[in-house]
Parts: sequence; C-alpha cells; structure tokens
Amino acid sequence: MTSARRRSYGVKGAPYAFLLPAAVLFALFFALPIGYAVWLSLHKVQVKGLGLGAGARSEVWAGLENYADTLSDSELLDGALRVLGYGALVIPVMLGLALVFALMLDTERVRLAPFTRLAIFLPYAVPGVVAAMLWGFLYLPDVSPFHFVLDRLGLPQPDLLDGGPLYIALSNIAVWGGTGFNMIVIYTSLRAIPAEVYEAARLDGATPLQIAVRIKIPMVAPSLVLTFFFSIIATLQVFSEPTTLKPLTNSVSTTWSPLMKVYQDAFGKGDIHSAAATAVVIAFVTLLLSFGFLRAANSRNKQEAAR
Amino acid sequence: MSSLAVRKAAPAAGTARGTVPGPAPRRRTALVPTLALLIGAAYCLLPVAWVVIAATKSGSELFSTFTFLPGTGLTENLKDLHAYRDGVYWKWMGNSALYAGLGALLSAAVSAISGYALAIYRFRGRETVFNILMAGVLMPPVILAVPQYLLMAEADLTDSYVSVLLPLVLSPYGVYLARIYAAAAVPSDVVEAGRMDGASELRIFTRIALPMMVPGLVTVFLFQFVAVWNNFLLPYIMLSDDEKFPITLGLFTLLEQGSNTPALYTLVITGALLAVVPLVALFLVIQRFWSLDLLSGAVKS
Repeated sequence: MTSARRRSYGVKGAPYAFLLPAAVLFALFFALPIGYAVWLSLHKVQVKGLGLGAGARSEVWAGLENYADTLSDSELLDGALRVLGYGALVIPVMLGLALVFALMLDTERVRLAPFTRLAIFLPYAVPGVVAAMLWGFLYLPDVSPFHFVLDRLGLPQPDLLDGGPLYIALSNIAVWGGTGFNMIVIYTSLRAIPAEVYEAARLDGATPLQIAVRIKIPMVAPSLVLTFFFSIIATLQVFSEPTTLKPLTNSVSTTWSPLMKVYQDAFGKGDIHSAAATAVVIAFVTLLLSFGFLRAANSRNKQEAAR
Repeated sequence: MSSLAVRKAAPAAGTARGTVPGPAPRRRTALVPTLALLIGAAYCLLPVAWVVIAATKSGSELFSTFTFLPGTGLTENLKDLHAYRDGVYWKWMGNSALYAGLGALLSAAVSAISGYALAIYRFRGRETVFNILMAGVLMPPVILAVPQYLLMAEADLTDSYVSVLLPLVLSPYGVYLARIYAAAAVPSDVVEAGRMDGASELRIFTRIALPMMVPGLVTVFLFQFVAVWNNFLLPYIMLSDDEKFPITLGLFTLLEQGSNTPALYTLVITGALLAVVPLVALFLVIQRFWSLDLLSGAVKS
C-alpha cells in the first residue's frame, strides 16, 4: 500500500517526534476512554448505610454482573432487534441504489450526468439531524405533501411515524443521506478501470448491461465490500435520526436504538456502570458483525479466485 | 497506488456531450440510465426544495396551504429567527464554523505530519503504530463518547469548546489518506536533496513536503469539516450551555421545544434552511478542487 522505501535514513528521532501529536491524541481520546469504559463496566457503586456523607458511596469490583444485567435486559434486546430490522432495510437499499447509480453514471451517452451526480451526492452535506428534521416534517400529517395528495384522492393516509411505517420512514432518512457518498466511492473505482478492459467485450457485442454485470460489478467488488463494512458499523450506531424524530412522534422511545439506551442509562438514570457495559457489548457486536462480514467476503473472493 | 495519478473524476461531461451518434439502438439505451439518475436526483433534492419553500411560509400557512406552494412569511421568519433569544442562532452558526473549521484544520495538520512520517521514514514499529491508529477508525463512537465525557468531567472540561474540539482532532481516516498521498506525491529524492543541503527534518517537511501534499490535505480537511459539522452525539453529550451549541444541537433543542409550541416550527424550518446553505455552497464551490479520486485509492488498497 505505501511505496516501501528500502533505504534506511539516518534520521532516527524524526519520525517518532512527528508522530508524537497523533500518539498523544490517540492515548487521550481513544485508548484512555476505551480502557475506562471497560474498567467502569467491571465495577459498580456500593452504598454504605443511607448513602450519605463522604465515602458512603464507593466503586467496587462487580465482575461480569453488569454484563449479565445488560445481556438479560429485554429493553436492550428489543432495541437491538429494531436496529437489525432497520439495518436490513437500509443497507441493501442504500448500497443497491448507490451501485445502480454509479453504474449508470459510468454508462456511455448518459445526459446530465454531472448535474445528477452532484444532486445525489448533495445529502452528504446535510447533517443527519437536519435531514431527519426535513423528512420528519415531510412525514408529519399536517405538513406532508403525501398526505395532501392522498387526502385529495380520497385515499387512506398511513401514519408514517408509527408502527411498521416508522421503520420505512427512518430507513428512508438513512438511505437518502448515505446513497450519494457510497455512489461516489463506487463510481470513482469504476472510473479507475482502464477502458481496454471493456473493449474486448464490446467488440464481442456485449450489451452495456452485460458489461455492467459481468465485468464492472466484479471489478468494483472490493469497494462494495468496504462500503458494506462501514455501513454496518454506521447503521448499528444509529442515534441522531431517531433522536431527532422523537419530538415529532410518541412511537420513538428513549431507548429505541441500543445507542439511545446507553445515553439514557448514563445521563437519564445516571448509571454509568451499566451504560459502559452496554456500550462495550454494542461495540463488540458491531465489530463481530462487521469483521464476520469481511471474513465471509474475503473467503468468497478466494474461492472465486481459485476457480 | 497508481489511481492517485489524478484521473479526472468528471469525464462524464465529455461523454455526455458531443459524442459521435452511434447506431440508433445504443443511443436509446442511454435513456433508461438518464431517467433513473434524474429520478434519483429529484428524490435527493425533494427535501431541500421543500425546506426552501417551507421557509417562506408563515406559521399559519405552514399547516394550511399545499406543501409546495410558496408562502409570504420569509422576511418575517428571518426576523423571528434573528430575534430568537437575542440572536442565539447566529451564535450556533459561528460555533459550528469554529468547531468544524478549526477542528478540520488541526486534524489536517496532525494527519499531514503523521502521514508524512509513516510514508517517508522507515523505522521500528512503523506498521504497528499505523495499525493501532487505524484500529481507531473501527471503534464505534459509542464506546468512546460516554467515557470521554466522564474523563472530561474529571478534568473539569465538560461544557467547554475544548470538549467538542479535541476528541475529533485525530482522524484515523485522515492519517490514512495523508500517508497514501505523501507516499505518492513526495518523491524520496526530493527529501534526500533537502538533506544534502543540510535542511533539518522539520524544515524539509514544512518547506518541501507540505506544499506537495496540499491537494491531499484539502480532501482530509473537507472530510473532517463535514464530519464535525454534521456531528451530533459528541456535543449532545458534552454541552449544556446553549451559547456553545453547534447548529445541529441548537436546532434539535429548538425542535424539542417546538413539540410543545408549534409556533417554533417555522423557526426550526428557517433555521434548517440556513444551516444547509453554507455546506452546500462550500460543496458547489470546492467540488472541482476536491480530489475524490483519493477515495477510490483509499478503498482499493
């Protein structure tokens, strides 16, 4: 990945000095908080007597108690299931659209491509909170154009902010916000494929669709794998969008997503120890799922290469 | 990393116009992609178009007139927003600009020097350092944010500008991009020549390598600017004084209050419009300088 420089320069101290700022920041804002979270998750508060006065509350070793509580917490499990359902909607739709749009941008004789590319990429510049607000208002029965049209047509108007449609409403916000960025990632790697690669196929009379499916998609597979990987991490961490919709509807609870539960435990209930345990579990599951996916993708690639 | 050799990311313009007319059936097929892309563009522009129109509506028009019918209250809405809590909205904008601008600048600086060190020098532990830094990109913010808050509280730094600025300065992705860019853009002969002339390592970096790395660093800066500007979780956890809020958090609190007093909705909508404008404008202006190619370079490795 980097151009390996074979020669060793005689300047020993310089790289270490140059890396010092990054090392300090890493220690303070990554390593220390992670270590502290793990430490907290293994401790609990013990209250002596009435819990009044200095020294009445002390932190004692709790072993895996907090983890046992976290894993048997039905609220967290429900939240996890909600987010898995949400992710199962968001990721395939978002990446599917991103791939399709990228392939279409890369097709010959497409009109207005610079305009559409920029328009689809635009939501990347809109903060998730603002995106959720804009869509939230578009879902709100009193304001929504969809409701207006359905009303005029005399059709029933589903409440988009409740029950099953709520998943679609939330997923739509994520799809809207993420498609453009992923499209650009896939598109740039499509542009990097040398034209000669298609020439032979084209001379053989392959249609653009065949070229896209047989040649282009396999060639951008690595970027698809990577966008998938990062989408899993981002999706399981969903926080801003449901939090923003909360003031607009009663069906988003304070513990709708696992991350919202961490926030609620830590700052609503003030129970930082169980919040830390929950955070560690979420981080662990996220990494497990994302790396599990990466392994599965890699072994498939190897099998295909072996064929 | 040959893909770094700047392949223009916008050749689609060339293929779209002035192409020699091919056989009829092939020309017809381009209709489908064009239409699909236009539908995609319409979908992406819909909420933006809505907020532009909704911001022109007065409070009563918002709930009574058709969604996409412009109203008559734009100047009134702007005045109300300006007057809200003595112009705290502009304070939020300023704060966001500060967090994102200064944060991204610091981030680009740290990425530059770290990426340069990792690309140019061979030293013990280089890959270990790099891998540890990269592990940071995989760390979900959730496991960081709560302990970061508690540690900031220990240092008496919560509810300060620093508490939102500093945790986001080190961007593993930025270091990664800067390393790739430095490896591709800074030839070792040039570094060597600098040494022959007796320049110090720091001087070689600041005077020779840094200017060569600027295009890559612009990308790092922009990514980080957007990431900080769009961030919600960290300020939400760290800040309680609304004079220090960034725009995302400010608008959120406004919306929260709006659920009790719908009169505030027009403020939220006008505020959301104004919050989107700077970033979109930034994008339109700099998209030509933004080497998105770096993304594919990063992704393909």
